[in-house]
Parts: sequence; C-alpha cells; structure tokens
Amino acid sequence: MLRSWLYLGPLLFALSLPRGAYGQTLTAADTPNDHGKSITLSWTNPGPGTHVDQFNLFRSISSIGPFESTAVLKGEAHEYVDACEDLTNGTPYYYKIIARIESGDFEYPVAGPVVPEGQWFHTGKTVVLVFAVAFSFLVLLMIQRAREGRELYVRPIAGIDAVDEAIGRATEMGRPILFIPGISEASEVATIAAFTILGRVAQRTAEYQTRLVVPNVYATVMIIAQEVVKSAYLNAGRPDAYDEKDIFYVTSEQFPFTAAVNGLMLREKPATNFYLGKFYAESLILAETGFQAGSMQIAGTDELTQIPFFVAACDYTLMGEELYAASAYLSKDPLQLGTLKGQDIAKLIIVLVLLLGIIATTFGSDIVTKLLSIRL
Amino acid sequence: MALSVDPGVWLAAFLTLCIFSFLYKDNLFYRIAEHLVVGVSAGYWLVILIRQTLVPYFVIPLFRERNWNVIPGPLGLFLLVIAAFLGILIFTRFSTRYSWLARIPIAIIWGIGAGFVIPLSLQTKVIRQLQASIIDLKTVGTWDGFNSLLVVIGVLSGLTYFFFSKAHKGAVGSVAKVGIWTLMIGFGATFGFTAMARISLLIGRMDFLLRDWLGIIK
Repeated sequence: MLRSWLYLGPLLFALSLPRGAYGQTLTAADTPNDHGKSITLSWTNPGPGTHVDQFNLFRSISSIGPFESTAVLKGEAHEYVDACEDLTNGTPYYYKIIARIESGDFEYPVAGPVVPEGQWFHTGKTVVLVFAVAFSFLVLLMIQRAREGRELYVRPIAGIDAVDEAIGRATEMGRPILFIPGISEASEVATIAAFTILGRVAQRTAEYQTRLVVPNVYATVMIIAQEVVKSAYLNAGRPDAYDEKDIFYVTSEQFPFTAAVNGLMLREKPATNFYLGKFYAESLILAETGFQAGSMQIAGTDELTQIPFFVAACDYTLMGEELYAASAYLSKDPLQLGTLKGQDIAKLIIVLVLLLGIIATTFGSDIVTKLLSIRL
Repeated sequence: MALSVDPGVWLAAFLTLCIFSFLYKDNLFYRIAEHLVVGVSAGYWLVILIRQTLVPYFVIPLFRERNWNVIPGPLGLFLLVIAAFLGILIFTRFSTRYSWLARIPIAIIWGIGAGFVIPLSLQTKVIRQLQASIIDLKTVGTWDGFNSLLVVIGVLSGLTYFFFSKAHKGAVGSVAKVGIWTLMIGFGATFGFTAMARISLLIGRMDFLLRDWLGIIK
C-alpha cells in the first residue's frame, strides 16, 4: 500500500500539471551520419521517480494525426531509433509517446516536424578522411618526383631476384610456367600487383619461348590477365607466340579450382609455379602439390593467415607488402615507385604518431587516442 | 547404425574416396571427381549469379516492378539500363574489332573497388590498429602491460622490416631482424592454428564416411 502511494505521489503531481509542464520532453531529430530513413527519439521520465511499465511510440505525417504505432518499449528505455524503409527522406514526421504507468497513461507533447535525410559525409570518420588525404598527397608527391627522373631507391627483395632464375629454369627444362593470380576479384590490390608481375614474367617467357599457363577463378581476372600477357608478348616482339587458350577460366568456386589446378600441376609438370595475389585456404594444398611435382615455387600474398603455408612450402615468399614492392621494383614504373615511396613515408608518420601517442598516454594525456577515434 | 542405403550418401562417399585417392597419386578416379566438381561448380555459380544477382537486381526492378528502390523513379531505371549496358560490354571480348570496349566496365570495377577498399582499409587496418597499439608505459610492470609492450615492439620492428627505402644494414637491419622474427613467430602460431582447423575438416569427412556411410560409429 505504502509502495503504491510512493508511486502515485509523483504521478499525481505530474498529471496535475498540463501536458509537458513538468518538463517531460520528447525530442526527435534526424539520425546523423546515415543514409536517411532514420529518426532518433529521446525522452525524459514522466515524473521524478515515476515507475513506467512501457512506452508506446507513435508516428504520423501530421501533427494532429492520425498516429500509427511504431514501437512498444520497456519502461527503462529513454531513446529509440526509428529506422525503417517506410520512412521517406525529405518527408516531415511527428511523434508522440504514451507512457503506461500504474494509474493510467501519460501522453507526452507531440514532437516534430522532423525530416529524415541522408548525409553525404560521416563526421565520425573525419580522421579517415585526414589520413586518406595526407597519404594521397604523399603518394602524388612521390609519383611526381619519380616522373621528374629522381632516383628512388628500393631495397633488394630475395623473391624478386629469383623470378628470372625461375623462368630460366623452366626454359632449360622445356616445361611450362604456371602463374596463378590469386583467387580474388580483379579490384583486389593483391590481384592488381600480381598483374604487374605477370606482365614481367610474360615478357620473359615470350623472349625465352617458354609456355605460360594462367588458370583463373574469375572471368574478369581472366580478361585482364589475357590483356596483360598479350601486351607483354607484343612488347617482346613475339605476338605470334601468344596463345589465349593458355589463360583460361576454371570455375568461381575455391576448392573445385584448387582440384583442377592440382591435376594440372601433376599432368603438365610445370617447372615453376607463381602464386601471386590473394589466397585463402587453398594455399597449402596448391603449394604442397607443386612441391610434390618438383616445381620451383615463388609465392606472394597479403593474406596474413596464408603466408605461413607459402613460407613452409615454397622456395621464395613475398610477404604482405613485399608483393606490392615487387610489382614496383620489377616495373620501375614511376607511378608504382612513387606509390611505394609514398607508403614508406606514411609508415614513418604512423611510427611517429604511435610514439607520440605512447608518450602522451604515459604522461596522462589521451589527446592522440581521441584524435584517432572513429565513431561508426 | 548400419550401412547407408541412401544413393546420395553412396555417391558422396565415392566422390570423397576419389578425391582422397590423390594422396596416392593422380589417377582416373581423381580425374573423374575433379572434372565433375569443376563442371558442377561452374554451373552452380552460373545459376547463383542469375538467381541472386541478375534477377533480383535487374530483371525484377526493370521489368516487373518498373522501379529501383535504391533510386526510385525514371533516373533509377535509367541507371539500371546503363549498368546492364556496361555488363554487356564485357561480351565484346568475343569480337576482335570491339574487344577494347570490355576495358570500360573493367576500369569501372577497379575504380569502385579501390574507392571502397581504401577508406575501409585505412579505418580497420591502420587507424584502429594504431589506436589500439597506444599504451601507457607505466603499466608495463603488469603482465597485460608487458604483453602490450611486446605488441608495440612487434609493430615498430615489423614496420621497419617493410620499409623499402633503406637497405637492411646497421641499426635499421637489426630492428628489421627483430621484425622478421616477430613475423615468423606469428606465422608459426597461425600455421598451428590453421593446421588444427584443417584436421577438424578431415575429422568431418571421416565422420561422414564412418557414421553416415558405413555406420561403424554411432
């Protein structure tokens, strides 16, 4: 009984006031940093210490209604995001809430109009934009320097130096070279890097008249691979030696592709296998079969979980970014060399930010951590 | 449990054994299974692409609903037609005269891919990692703090290893050596972890053969 009075006291106080006079507020605002079709509602309690059983939320396109129910929430709730495809961007909406309390219903003043809209820029990701602009600027600057003819040093990478050796071996043995540009899409950075190395390998195979076999998982990758190899054969002055049928599509499924390439390795016995690009669970199966077939193997991927398998089963492995560096190192293309240099400077900046962050945090300041925070 | 009488289980068991026969050497049975799986998967992907991409994203909005819910109205339909036209351009590969047109949709795929991947990579692989690596040096006396310090040393030495503008000599070489050791330790752990996952795949296949097919285990 006493408990009921405890609840009723503040309630009677609240109900005795005009709607919203106690300060019960319902606010509705467009949800920021989204594609629209979403409105965020927040409200205060109907009265001091009032126990609410549930809140009923209603929406309308007019301030006088009719209102339709949108959600029923527990009494502890004080915020709700009304996100649904029924909401139309640019249309004004009105909301009201009815709080169900022990003695009856309490209706909040209508909130609105509020118009859901999509935002072009996500303010919570400003730091990503800053990094992207800074890195792009560095890359463009270094590309410009490379184009001006400045000498840009790239340290030797063991796997790259072995490329010519591997092609020479295939020529001496009179056996083909197998080149797998990963099992991912053409837009993948690792696949793009693989194309540059494929161009270099194809030019050498054209010069040495060695057969180059390129099985593909995606049709788009196959088309680009054909273009790359064709251009390389043209550059080498051997367009007649180019055989489009050697650059072929197998299937878009991972393990059927692996099964087909395994069979190919054992039947064709390629002297050299290149696995460059994006690889997943098939990496060890491919590399192990290649090892059994007695092929020299050069691998390179930026897929961290697969590098150990290539390290274990291949003669040379380009780890992570070495794959991109290999691409720049081999082509000597100012665009790629400049990009690599720009990335190196970006790494230096990252190291400096990290050290600065550690020093600041140690001395009790979280400024660097806050500057790096991303709100999703 | 008894020997299975389901023809589907028998076929699956036969194909499993065909693939396993590769462990001995390349043979006729492996080749049968290999060609079958390649053919079936290529056909399967074709159907998947038609049913999950072409029909819901092109045929239904353009011909049945006459409205694309991403961009409602005539503009959306026009964009759909443009997208379809770009897709058709891929088939110009079969023409020697117009094959260059196929480069247009491929260039668009590359552009969109790069635009999508770069901010995402910066967010997840650079900024978030960087933020998580910032530690309070006063905590290195605790185990958690010490572990965090190891992470920072790994990050700094790893980045030094992947610095291509300087030869790995002197101080840079020494730090890079720490980096490569860190990488190798990480790779070793990954190798072991993945090997365990592969063994569980093998167990799954053996379970199928012994339980579902032969009925030896319950």
